[in-house]
Amino acid sequence: MGETSINFAKASSAALQDQQLRGNFRRAMDGLMSKRAVQFADTAEWNGVRTLGASVRLRALSKLPELLEKLEANCTKNGIQVHWASTIDEANAIVLSIMQRVNAKLVVKGKSMVSEEMHLNAFLEKHGIESLESDLGEYIVQLDEAMPSHIIMPAIHMNTKQIAHLFKQKIKEAEYTEDVAQLTDLARRVLRKKFATADVGISGVNMAVAETGTLCLVENEGNGRMSTTVPPVHIAVMGLEKVVEKLEDVPPVISLLTRSATAQPITTYVNMISSPRKEGEKDGPNEIHLVILDNGRSGIYADEELRNTLRCIRCGACMNHCPVYTKVGGHAYQAPYPGPIGSILMPQVEGLEKRGELPHACTMCNACVEICPVKIPIVEIMGRLRSEAVHPGDAVRGAGSHASKAEAMVWKGWSMTYASPLAYQFATALLAKLGNAAPTSLPLLKEWTNVRAKPRFANRTLHALAREKGIPDV
Amino acid sequence: MTHDGTISRPEIERPESVYFFGTCLVDLFYPEAGMAGMELLKRQGVRVVFPQGQSCCGQPAYNSGYREEALKVARAQLDYFPGDWPIVVPSGSCAGMMSKHWPDLFKGEPDEARARQVASRVWELTQFLVQVLKVKFEDQGPPVKITWHASCHAQREMGVTDEPKALLRQLANVELVELQREKECCGFGGTFAVRHPEISAAMVGDKVADIENTGAKAVVSGDCGCLMNISGALEGGKKPVRGVHIAQFLKERTHG
Ligand code: SF4
Repeated sequence: MGETSINFAKASSAALQDQQLRGNFRRAMDGLMSKRAVQFADTAEWNGVRTLGASVRLRALSKLPELLEKLEANCTKNGIQVHWASTIDEANAIVLSIMQRVNAKLVVKGKSMVSEEMHLNAFLEKHGIESLESDLGEYIVQLDEAMPSHIIMPAIHMNTKQIAHLFKQKIKEAEYTEDVAQLTDLARRVLRKKFATADVGISGVNMAVAETGTLCLVENEGNGRMSTTVPPVHIAVMGLEKVVEKLEDVPPVISLLTRSATAQPITTYVNMISSPRKEGEKDGPNEIHLVILDNGRSGIYADEELRNTLRCIRCGACMNHCPVYTKVGGHAYQAPYPGPIGSILMPQVEGLEKRGELPHACTMCNACVEICPVKIPIVEIMGRLRSEAVHPGDAVRGAGSHASKAEAMVWKGWSMTYASPLAYQFATALLAKLGNAAPTSLPLLKEWTNVRAKPRFANRTLHALAREKGIPDV
Repeated sequence: MTHDGTISRPEIERPESVYFFGTCLVDLFYPEAGMAGMELLKRQGVRVVFPQGQSCCGQPAYNSGYREEALKVARAQLDYFPGDWPIVVPSGSCAGMMSKHWPDLFKGEPDEARARQVASRVWELTQFLVQVLKVKFEDQGPPVKITWHASCHAQREMGVTDEPKALLRQLANVELVELQREKECCGFGGTFAVRHPEISAAMVGDKVADIENTGAKAVVSGDCGCLMNISGALEGGKKPVRGVHIAQFLKERTHG
């Protein structure tokens, strides 16, 4: 493991010790799972919309370069200024230069995963620009000086009590209350003042429609709408995979997105942004900028199998249903995208040398694959990345970086034994005789027996019993 | 394959003979489950062949990223299942590896067609008992309350969902209480249990609590990996619940 590698095991261990956190996650995820199940109770309908959703995303990816060009042309025609960034540094620099040109001091943000990926808040702060999260969850995490722990519900790791304490501690005018409506109201009052004075609004993009040059934004609180209409300048940032071909592709994807994410048939706000304020219009920003980020995505795109990763519509359902995520929570992944999708996306974006542990943060139970509304073969990609991590190659950055001679030797020995009937029967007969004498202090067995009894080898193998009972061989 | 990625089985006629693929875990740790599986098939008048050359489907290496090694072991199996008989496997996980992942593993290899042919004949045991042999059991045991743990790969790769429970429900004296989180992974995941022992422990801990809540005397499963994990945790935590493979349970209840 390289020095820069991020330690999932250590972080998850800390999370597992935190009973409060485990309780919070278990409850929250159980709730989300059962609510979602109600939304898709009709299997035939689920299969239908899911096939449609997957085909919309697949079609978009099949002509991605062409659609991106179209998107740029149509956005430009609509008066939206399009910028391309191949790295997060470039994207940050583009955002900064726009801010500096308009002399911005305060930015309000709607929820944007790409800006998390860019570590934009920290970057702006370094340049003396205050950036305020306006999504309630994001706002809470920001107050807490923490990271989001979920892509849809950033503060899902906290319960009401914890949030009540945080508000009391961090907001001047706050009275202590555990009343959710009052807490929400308090946040709203703080944020409203900021909206009125912010110089720039930043948002993400759920989908960008190539044929019309429209940015589509889904949200519940109205803060996204405030961030994109009140300040005089709006900057939208998106990953380059977020494009869809036509306007009619939007409804099925939104329907899958909201029902998979929060079990809502539709969200409170669906924003379709197609141009800055026109002559005579009473609201809307005077300038809209779209920053399209690559950050490794074109590399992912180049590989036909890995490309499927880019189908993701960021609904977070795979997290809610992942038995690992629901135990350790999002922070253990130390990544903007946690859970199953994060475990395949992060290693491809940041390299296996840094993120090679993540594809192993998985029992391969396939719960995510079963639930993913756009049918991403997450577990297959996970397996592919595991293989890339131990074999030198050039498909994924950092391929081969987790190669260990010792582990390779073990598997070599294993395959030699298991591929030869004679060696196999000799080895298994020996294990049946002597295996139980192995001390629990042995590596692997030690980890296993922490909470479990030692597995007992049977006296005679199935091979031996079958022979004894005269079961015919081939 | 179906829309959800599981294997869809064509209907087949009741065969005169079948192969039995024992799996490496059954071979070493649960041979009596393997014997019980073969016994259940034999009682249906089917001739069972157990190729002595078999060893393992290759899944441990495959899931660890060592595909060449997995391929070598998988390839070695091909010779032992000639002909057209179905291959019955008392483990959804190994059945899933063979029918769903072998085609991928052998892609572009000279023996790809052969591997596909073998893969297409693989059946998970309970699926075979229900769909092909259409077994009817008569319970001969005393009243008992049990629960069922669904293996992830059986349900999500082989599409085995109701079959095992349908078999258990045939037993008149057996009360089947379903788990609240029946579909949730027990935390075995092959090497996951030792690579991430703490997370795995938390997962099996939730599973054990769920099992205890049902008040069942036994937890029945169709996968020896899950079984080893769950009964290991039950035993480690000194819980008075026994873990048992479905083949063995069915055989015990219906004698012979
Ligand atoms: S991988 Fe699938 S389930 Fe997970 S966030 Fe993306 S679209 Fe949703």
